[in-house]
Amino acid sequence: MKNIKKIKIKINGKIKSINQDSTLSEVLKNIKIPLNKVAIELNEEIIDKKKINKIKLNKNDKIEIVHFIGGG
Amino acid sequence: MVNLKKDSLIIANKKFYSRLIVGTGKYKSMSECAKAIKLSGAEIVTVAVRRVNISNKNKPLLMDYIDPKKITYLPNTAGCFNSKEALRTLRLAREIGGWKLVKLEVLGDKKNLFPDMIETLKSTEVLAKEGFKVMVYCNDDPLMAKRLENSGADAIMPLAAPIGSGLGIQNKINIQIIRKQTKLPLIIDAGLGQASDATIAMELGCDGVLVNTAIAKAKKPFEMALAFKNAVIAGRQSYKSGRIDKILMGNPSSPSKGII
Repeated sequence: MKNIKKIKIKINGKIKSINQDSTLSEVLKNIKIPLNKVAIELNEEIIDKKKINKIKLNKNDKIEIVHFIGGG
Repeated sequence: MVNLKKDSLIIANKKFYSRLIVGTGKYKSMSECAKAIKLSGAEIVTVAVRRVNISNKNKPLLMDYIDPKKITYLPNTAGCFNSKEALRTLRLAREIGGWKLVKLEVLGDKKNLFPDMIETLKSTEVLAKEGFKVMVYCNDDPLMAKRLENSGADAIMPLAAPIGSGLGIQNKINIQIIRKQTKLPLIIDAGLGQASDATIAMELGCDGVLVNTAIAKAKKPFEMALAFKNAVIAGRQSYKSGRIDKILMGNPSSPSKGII
């Protein structure tokens, strides 16, 4: 079996190891993010949720996933 | 009688019939929050933008308890201390579900939580240009309120007192001056402690009040939510009914003619 190379990225401040060449869509699916209830930033740029399956992730990428919580 | 059904509050071309906006923070649970909101009759609730907890996916989601199709979500920038953070937060909020109506709040001091009005003003200009409808948390300063209005704010939201302090309206005169000078929705935001504070705000001519801590942290939040609902209605009716002039001496209520 071919060894799949891993890369490290950060999601919401936590380091995660993912397969090289993963798309943003695959990573979000893996951690079961309900896409209709969140917004996503990649390296401080807001990502159009419709385009996540075309975005390949690179080493040290920083992803932020936010949603609404209680607040005043 | 004031017809409250016709007496709507219009914010950024949207009509609302409740003049009480409530925050969704500080409740013991999501279900307590949802029930208090229902009892308050609020049609707008403020919400915060925060990181999704990716390690605990079973955490309840606000949207599962408060349906954004039925209640208008007003994303806020609570916790932001400069324009950059506030803009980032609201751009993300808009991305979550197309929200354009937002509450801008740029704080300047971690202890008193007073707004940084320079950063607030800067952010208002940018947001208005980007098509946001901005309700702006601000100091009770008539000059700053005017500048916000000129920068494209959709509602002016001066504090009654510091956030979460429960001190009630400290500067009635300033609020009245702001009322006189602006046609924008004027909403008291922050610092109310009890239902009567909301009545006073409405009697000063404010268009609404925004309450969080006073309801969420009351010993009985459900009863307090109802009390605030009634207090806002009472204050609005009182304001619309035209109060009597104040005089120094007594003026008997019964006729003096025909006294035996």
